[in-house]
Amino acid sequence: MPLLELNDVRARYGPIRALHGVSLRVDEGEVVALLGANGAGKTTTLRAISSMTRTSGEIVFAGRGIARRSPEFAARRGIAHVPEGRGLFPELTVWENLRMGAVGGRRGGFEQEAKRVIEYFPWIDRRRDQPAATLSGGEQQMLALGRALVSRPRLLMLDEPSLGLAPTVVRELFAIVQRLNEDEGLTVLVVEQNATIALEVSSRAYVLEVGKVAVEGTSDELQRHEGVRKSYLGY
Amino acid sequence: MRRYLSVAVGPALFVVGAVVVALLPRFMGEFRLLEFTFVAIYVIALLGLNILTGYSGQISLGHGALVGVGAYVAALLSLGRPGLELYQLDPPSWIPLGDGMRPVFTIPIAALVTGVIGFLIGIPALRLGGVSLALATLALAVSFPILMKRFSEVTGGGGGLNLNLPETPFGWDISTRHWLYYEAWVTAGILFLAAWLLVRGRIGRAWRAIRDGEVAATSSGVNPALYKTFAFGVSSAYAGAAGALFAIETAYVNPDTFPVSLSILLLASAVIGGLGSLAGALFGALLFEFLPIYSQEPPIFSFHFAEQAPSVVFGVFLIVIMLLLPGGVAGLFRALAGAVRTGRFRRRSDTSELA
Amino acid sequence: MAVPARLPRIDLSVGPVLRSLLLGVGFIVGAVAVLVLLGLVLTQTETAFSWSGYAQQIVSGLSQGAIFASLALALVLIYRTTDVLNFAQGEMATFTTFIAWSLMHHMSYWPAFALTLVIAFIGGAAIERIVIRPVEHRPEIVIVIVTIGLLIALNGLSGWIWNPEVKAFDSPFSNGTTEIAGVVISYQELGVLVVCLATVVLLWAFFRFTTLGLVMRAVANSQDASRLVGVRVGWMLALGWGLAAVLGAVAGMMAAPSQFLDPNLMLVILIYSFAAAVLGGIDSPIGAVAGGLILGVLINILGTYVDFIGGELRLPAALVVLLIVLLIRPQGLFGHKVVRRV
Repeated sequence: MPLLELNDVRARYGPIRALHGVSLRVDEGEVVALLGANGAGKTTTLRAISSMTRTSGEIVFAGRGIARRSPEFAARRGIAHVPEGRGLFPELTVWENLRMGAVGGRRGGFEQEAKRVIEYFPWIDRRRDQPAATLSGGEQQMLALGRALVSRPRLLMLDEPSLGLAPTVVRELFAIVQRLNEDEGLTVLVVEQNATIALEVSSRAYVLEVGKVAVEGTSDELQRHEGVRKSYLGY
Repeated sequence: MRRYLSVAVGPALFVVGAVVVALLPRFMGEFRLLEFTFVAIYVIALLGLNILTGYSGQISLGHGALVGVGAYVAALLSLGRPGLELYQLDPPSWIPLGDGMRPVFTIPIAALVTGVIGFLIGIPALRLGGVSLALATLALAVSFPILMKRFSEVTGGGGGLNLNLPETPFGWDISTRHWLYYEAWVTAGILFLAAWLLVRGRIGRAWRAIRDGEVAATSSGVNPALYKTFAFGVSSAYAGAAGALFAIETAYVNPDTFPVSLSILLLASAVIGGLGSLAGALFGALLFEFLPIYSQEPPIFSFHFAEQAPSVVFGVFLIVIMLLLPGGVAGLFRALAGAVRTGRFRRRSDTSELA
Repeated sequence: MAVPARLPRIDLSVGPVLRSLLLGVGFIVGAVAVLVLLGLVLTQTETAFSWSGYAQQIVSGLSQGAIFASLALALVLIYRTTDVLNFAQGEMATFTTFIAWSLMHHMSYWPAFALTLVIAFIGGAAIERIVIRPVEHRPEIVIVIVTIGLLIALNGLSGWIWNPEVKAFDSPFSNGTTEIAGVVISYQELGVLVVCLATVVLLWAFFRFTTLGLVMRAVANSQDASRLVGVRVGWMLALGWGLAAVLGAVAGMMAAPSQFLDPNLMLVILIYSFAAAVLGGIDSPIGAVAGGLILGVLINILGTYVDFIGGELRLPAALVVLLIVLLIRPQGLFGHKVVRRV
């Protein structure tokens, strides 16, 4: 049984319809990429999963329906959603932001998890008291990722993690995501405009266009797919 | 055909309303007449508040103080002592003061003076955001009675000023009460039309653009500062006119007639009547006059809200209305009219999610 | 209540705490310097000036200002967490003070005090969930009217339940005075100052050092981000209102002995507290406390030494000061500039 399954999900913002029937699944232990151009509905899909839009259709996570509930509900069931813009608390310190990752009441003590996170991002330990707003873009992204990890999520959802970051930082970030998946079996659903790196790290991918799934398959297949190559990979 | 109907509805309703107002006195006694005269006065005040808060989006908790200003100006003028004697100045001879101005002329002058004061208030108000502006106007409302008491040489202090009840002009054979009723309603009618013209014209559009998004409005070439201060000025002028009529009607002004609760209740009535809609002023005025929150007449509000069960009811009423009818009574009518017109009922679209 | 059922965790990192303390000390030193300078000015302009009298006025002002500070902090707390300007804060305080009055007929002062705080907390949280929650997302003006409706209803309710006659309210502090460095200070004023400031400090400690406090600060920072990490934001907002109600109750019970208890006890104090909150910066808790104390001292000094103002024009004078500050610095003394993002 897949960890996450979407069935014919439609979503709208007020009168504007953004998703017109999206169906996808994520199995445990996978890294799945969600690709597409701007406005295709990638971010909306993640937001629908987190009940941040008006949704119709079925969203099943770990055997339970989670559609039309609330972001807190999804988070408490083990979905860590790192949104566009990272969703940090700008006036809180680095350490306080990290602490907030543990308040969702999930299993695992904070101290232990924080140690784990510091192993991946050693600089966090050195800059505990710095306000999060003063971090660089890359550091903010890493902190957001670290905070998500502290809660020991069952599913990690990343929304455009590469946005606004230098290519080396992006590589570093995705390398860490890959390590997390391979070493700890973390399931990841990543939304990306940067299709190249997303397809390198993921095992399967979906391409959204105008609110519907246009292409789906393994990442290898998509990397060879002519349409995908021309539109999203640039060759 | 439908389009003709929707354009004609507004003016048609106005004409119907005018006829009703004209004929009403036949059916009621003197006391009721007095009450409805006050309704006209409140309509004027609420039109002003509606323009400021509903159309240009600036919250004012000081409207009552401006009404008070208008009342005092009118009172002083009709007593022939506009306070200039304090500074040993004689009033300019081109003002028809004499022993005391005819009350009817005090209305536009009071409106003008209050309007200018309002405009001047509007200038620093630009620097203050929503919260600060609410507080600054609240500060005005709170300070007004205190200041009026303090400068008693001019204002008659706590005792207030007594005026003579005006005589019916041209020797018409109607009672003073009737004359005042028509005076108030004609003024209200004129000011209503003026507001209507303002609001549907360029200025009104600019106001609404500013209310809905000041940055966007600026980039469309609207100068928010100008329009916002102008809104303050116009709104205050309306308050001044209402105040002048109030002074004429009650023939007595004193500081306690204009406490902070007046400003608060005016705002509440404006919101319940319906902001962003001129008809809302009418509903608000009816509410204000006929809801039992004061225990004496002519309406005198103390700084202390009536300490009885009625104020509990009123408070709960306010809350419940806000929960159910955020568009106010006028919004309700508009929704009903819309439903009738389109032949179906549509749910309001939800704007609770972020785009 | 769905609050994490563990004991609050204590977290001490010295850096920021030390920095806050130093800033606080600096502020106090600066304030003392200003007051001394002002005193020197007054020795020249006033005929009957005495330093001990001056100091007395300052202490009185601080005591009164502490009450403003408590209520102002309540206002800022609610404003920061729920973005609502709670016009009913004063009436909520009065209502709870009446409850305390009733309780004090059946038990001694401090137990009644404590029980009142508990009741205030529950009441404040309940009001948030029942009255404010439904209108949270409506335009600002609607919420303003709702709190005003609450103000009117509570004012009437106080008068209805306890009848509007003025009542005496007990004070836990003895009537006498003490002398410190030649300055006569009443125990009452000192007691009020200490209790209010102690409450404020306790609250500060709660926010700074406990997990729950951290969660509330996070919610004030960003409700959306809080939701995404699993915080039940609704309960946190209720908690904020509960704590604010507690602050109000303290302010009310401290003000009642000298101002006497009737339904309008807190109306004027609310306006001063609003002014203090905006003066300090409506989104700054420190600003609220500083603003309250500054305002208390300022109006006392102005009222005593400026004849024009005397006793009657204190409130307008305070508001003029407020307006001047706002025109020069619209975000208040400690507030943050609002950056308009296009």
